[in-house]
Amino acid sequence: MYTVSSKIIPAGGKWSSRISRGKQLTFTALEEGANVSLLLYNANDTTERYNMPDTLKAQHTAHLTVGNVLMSDNGRVLASIIDDSLGWHDTISGYATRQMIDERFGHTTYQEKRNDWYRSGEENFAVELFRNGLTTRDLVPVVNLFSKVFCSEDGNMHFVSSHAKKGDTITLRTEMEVLVILSNTPNPLDTSNTYPSVPVELTITDAQPVQEDDRCLNYRPENRRAFENTWDDVLFRKGGIL
Amino acid sequence: MAVLHYAVSERKVEDAVYNQTIPAGDGWTYTLEPDQVLRIVDLEGNQAADTLFYDADNPSDHYSAVNTIQRQGNVYLSTGSVLLAESGKELVKIVADTCGRHDTLGGACSAQSNTVRYSHDTLPMHNCRDTFMLQLSKYGNRFTKRDLAPNVNFFMNVPVTPEGGLTFENGVSAPGYYVEMQAVNRTLVLISNCPQLNNPCNAYNPTPIQLLIWDN
Repeated sequence: MYTVSSKIIPAGGKWSSRISRGKQLTFTALEEGANVSLLLYNANDTTERYNMPDTLKAQHTAHLTVGNVLMSDNGRVLASIIDDSLGWHDTISGYATRQMIDERFGHTTYQEKRNDWYRSGEENFAVELFRNGLTTRDLVPVVNLFSKVFCSEDGNMHFVSSHAKKGDTITLRTEMEVLVILSNTPNPLDTSNTYPSVPVELTITDAQPVQEDDRCLNYRPENRRAFENTWDDVLFRKGGIL
Repeated sequence: MAVLHYAVSERKVEDAVYNQTIPAGDGWTYTLEPDQVLRIVDLEGNQAADTLFYDADNPSDHYSAVNTIQRQGNVYLSTGSVLLAESGKELVKIVADTCGRHDTLGGACSAQSNTVRYSHDTLPMHNCRDTFMLQLSKYGNRFTKRDLAPNVNFFMNVPVTPEGGLTFENGVSAPGYYVEMQAVNRTLVLISNCPQLNNPCNAYNPTPIQLLIWDN
């Protein structure tokens, strides 16, 4: 018995929600050139949050794709990537600031453009963090879904234009109750001359329980130990006799 | 093949207003006034100095690794790198570097990340995150765990490959190599001299660092 919730996050849009353990979130790019900046927190203790360095070094990667998990600063799994049509999502470029948007795409105001004004990740996150009792103090490196930024040998960062095509998808599975915060705003390294944000659909359904042969669980021994830490926490929070 | 950027400093040790050696496993905090220069010396080579920065006038504004690398368009820190806060405010600028490059993607070790990376029985081992928390706890309720953003690993070599891999490679540092940074604004510096015993990057042998400060 599956319940399905689907919503469109428009260009420049933002969204946040608590989502229980065992849900799957499928993001679908509705046009070419999507970028959704993502923050994840433990909904029951928001001081525990997605930790970029711990996630990357445990999995020996600088980008994320199917099989990878998003780890917290407490060595637990917040969410797993169980499906991905792209092979690369950016972890190292951060979110677009107001100053960046104004300088690159031109200064816009609500007074002049109404809801077509250019939103920034900085302001979207400030609002959605505040809505959930947090502040910009709680900002950490985001995951930029649908974007590819690679580094040449000299360390220079290169944004790949048109990486995500219309119809590309990525699916996350929640491994604990999370607070998810989204900003559908441009990647800071996007070289477009016109504001590149496009609509993205988010569909939330119940996930299948994690099986012993799960791809994310078995991706590396590090992943299994992070799952074990997570399961301990879930058990400890249940109450009663273990 | 690492691309390294070297810049030697003219500053003399005898002119320093502060000169202290920090053993491995210890922490340190200090508020740099604008224009003051901090030098970190890797006394015995390939030691990680895990370092965080805060706007001393607004400590809820922490160092941002991704703002810093995104603005300079390069993932490694070296001479000329301006280290930014989450708000975009400039905190310190690297003005000399005999190591060549430094990591800001690898973060700090913690008891929990050690259990993930190595084995569950590493949980009791001393780690940088504990040092950070012990140091920040001295400031009463001004800081919480929320303030532990991803840090700089001075002297660590963590190459990102063009294919998107992240590896901890043998160090590019050596005994006596140093990095110097000048405060742009009043900046609280927090250092954990890394006690990691599970990683070959420091040859399983954490060693002391030396800290020197000059008034400019």
